[in-house]
Amino acid sequence: MRPEDLLCPSPKGLYCPPADLHIDPLRPVERALVTHGHADHARPGNAAVMATPETLAIMAARYGEAFCSTRRPAAYGEVHDVGGGVKASFHPAGHVLGAAQILLEWKGFRAVVSGDYKRAHDPTAAPFEVVPCDLFITEATFGLPVFRHPDAAGEIAKLLDSVELFPDRAHLVGAYSLGKAQRLMKLLRQAGWDRPIHLHGAMERVTETYRALGVDLGETIRVMAADRKALAGAIVLCPPSALRELWARKFPDPVTVAASGWMRVRARARQKGVELPLVVSDHADWDELRQTILDTGAEEIWVTHGEEDALVHWCGSAALKARPLRLVGYGDEGEAEETPAEEASGE
Amino acid sequence: MNRFAFLLDRLAYEPRRNAKVRLIADYFRETPDPERGWALAALTGALSFRHAKPGMIRGLIMERADPVLFGLSYDYVGDLAETVALMWPGEPRANRVPPLSEIVEGLTSTAKLDLPRRLAAWLDALDEVGRWALLKLITGSLRIGASARLAKTAVAALGDHKPDEIELVWPGLEPPYEELFAWVEGRGEKPSALDPAPFRPPMLAHPLEDADYRAFDPADFVAEWKWDGIRVQASAGRDEEGRHVARLWSRSGEDVSGAFPDLIEALTFDGAIDGELLVLREGRVQSFNVLQQRLNRKSVTPKLIAEFPVHIRAYDLLVEGGEDLREKPFMERRARLEAFIAREKNPRVDLSPMVPFADWDELAAARLDPASAGAGEDSAAVEGLMVKRRDAPYVVGRPKGLWFKWKHDPMTVDAVLMYAQRGHGKRSSFYSDYTFGLWTEDDAGPQLVPVGKAYFGFTDEELVELDRFVRKHTINRFGPVREVSHTEDLGLVLEVAFEGVARSARHKSGVAMRFPRVARIRWDKPPHEADRLETLEALIDLRGAARAS
Repeated sequence: MRPEDLLCPSPKGLYCPPADLHIDPLRPVERALVTHGHADHARPGNAAVMATPETLAIMAARYGEAFCSTRRPAAYGEVHDVGGGVKASFHPAGHVLGAAQILLEWKGFRAVVSGDYKRAHDPTAAPFEVVPCDLFITEATFGLPVFRHPDAAGEIAKLLDSVELFPDRAHLVGAYSLGKAQRLMKLLRQAGWDRPIHLHGAMERVTETYRALGVDLGETIRVMAADRKALAGAIVLCPPSALRELWARKFPDPVTVAASGWMRVRARARQKGVELPLVVSDHADWDELRQTILDTGAEEIWVTHGEEDALVHWCGSAALKARPLRLVGYGDEGEAEETPAEEASGE
Repeated sequence: MNRFAFLLDRLAYEPRRNAKVRLIADYFRETPDPERGWALAALTGALSFRHAKPGMIRGLIMERADPVLFGLSYDYVGDLAETVALMWPGEPRANRVPPLSEIVEGLTSTAKLDLPRRLAAWLDALDEVGRWALLKLITGSLRIGASARLAKTAVAALGDHKPDEIELVWPGLEPPYEELFAWVEGRGEKPSALDPAPFRPPMLAHPLEDADYRAFDPADFVAEWKWDGIRVQASAGRDEEGRHVARLWSRSGEDVSGAFPDLIEALTFDGAIDGELLVLREGRVQSFNVLQQRLNRKSVTPKLIAEFPVHIRAYDLLVEGGEDLREKPFMERRARLEAFIAREKNPRVDLSPMVPFADWDELAAARLDPASAGAGEDSAAVEGLMVKRRDAPYVVGRPKGLWFKWKHDPMTVDAVLMYAQRGHGKRSSFYSDYTFGLWTEDDAGPQLVPVGKAYFGFTDEELVELDRFVRKHTINRFGPVREVSHTEDLGLVLEVAFEGVARSARHKSGVAMRFPRVARIRWDKPPHEADRLETLEALIDLRGAARAS
């Protein structure tokens, strides 16, 4: 058999013919397996959705309870028969709460769809597990050798140093509302920040979902328009797009902070008017991508959204069969930071 | 080095000018000599290293990285120093981090053969920010939004001095500037070795269209032609030993004397002229295209000098015989300039004539038809008008309400986007360089032929949209270049504005546009409605021809 018999790209996303299902479909389908809750992977309107219980809870919080007609929860490690002789199981991807790699087994052939993943420590997500396989479909958001993410704790220390240096200014931290924001909250707590953390309204619902799923984030306060002037010395988390809105200007002499893997590249930070860039990413960096590909033992690698060319080239130099899977609709569209797709992909 | 790297890093992210000056001044206050002097030299672009060049950096990274991966990374990051700083496989080591002075000394005196090894050892010892700062030093342009002027302003801020005072003593100084710091901090004498031919920062103009000029009283203003050459300052005088020194400065304070020995020889006066560098043949001003052939040549040969004789057309007199005229009103300076030119009878320096007008309508007519308004046969080299307040002093920078430029309306064509490439610097990682084409016909039917490249003219918001269009409509990739769909029905039409068009054997289309930029994005227009090559060809020399006739 060929790997394409089990999985192939289609206009609606990655399709599995023997089981007649899609993974992270771009348009509504009958049966969907969903890796994680970011909007470019998890979309409303599918009939049946299989995902981890956490991902299903996040989708319900974002899209309403009617985001699909049938939910099939799949806890990490459980093996489910999805028809056509295909078995599916979900394994921690370390990306955000509930994020999973999906393993499909068929006729002794093992394919892993990574979704988005990272291997760096994240106190709000189950740690990444290596799943040995024959075909590994990897993301490549940061698939260039210039992307090497530093230790997140060091980046948090930069933020706290700045807060100490400028006690009269508000620190506005642009971070994606699902995953990045909660990870930052938890990291701030671990670094000893015990004052309330102020949240833009758009972040509240997901943060509440995290709490309901057992993640303790300390005290958070929603920013009310009238209170902004009084927030000198405060740390305020908001979606990246809010940094440029009028909303952001009403704080006392705000310091513009952004937490993202893109902040590694100076021009990207400056294009966005960021004064304090924090390199904190929920995606694998160059070293993690390569390490993971080798760890899976896969003989064939398909590379999706991001810098496919470089990673495919590297695979070639490591004598691995690899090809870019140009699925339109995922993070690739969001390479220019401002697009909604990128907000959705959580970077 | 870490302290200096930290300063550069902070400057790179600090958008506010005053805060930048404060950061630099703080650094100067806290850092001893000679470290701070080398930093000042780096910030003012006064350092250059004979052997350490970008090519050496490329060589080092090629020994450590896959060339394809380096190429893709460089294409993405858009900056050599930063790409290498990020990719460098260095691990934190126990190596001592060298101070800036040691690095500068090492870069200056290490033999060429030993330098790569030495540079690699520094890069290993430094962290990512330190590597970036070191590589920036070598590649020359720091591009951190801090100009030489800003650094000098910070020096001035250490004492109670004006930036201009620093500017005047500057040409006589050498890094690491210990006597300069001693003077501004009140510990030493003012550096005396005054340059007899210093650069004085020029006065610049605002676009007239931006002002509500019809409300101005025309009697308060005068006008002159805006010549299409290169704005220069000719500065000359005698040094302490009585030797005559002459220099030609660009608008940004770059000493360009070396490229124009014929002109420098002719600058025998004592004073400073603000004017336009032009090529004149038999008294006629040549087009910018002709001037361009004299520029950017590696060697200035006698043949080049004879074929492209450069002149200065004087706009203003800043200094005469040691007397600074800049505080005086424009009309007084103008009278002094006219007398000066008449007395000097310098064959290489002439006077830019005034354009008389009674009201704004008359001036508007002169702008549309310079040939009839006095520019005569030189009208092809006129790019518009300068409008100046009679009482305006010569103020450094771009003061409001004193000088205005009123350029010709640009020509435009509707062209089709064909290829896009990622930009550099501020725009790195966006597809911001656009090759566009016009329609022609051959046996196979309608064809697009590329006619030029534009990489500005659009807003940041439009750039995001253009970038998205390129990504969605890519049909081919050639390294860093993407070919985008450009059929008769599917493609993007750009209204391209430009200042002129000339025949060119170097371009496939046979024409070269001057200063093309994206004036508008025509989302509404299908590609087959874009202009044909003949439309552009018809514009060749039209501006000059129309005005000359």
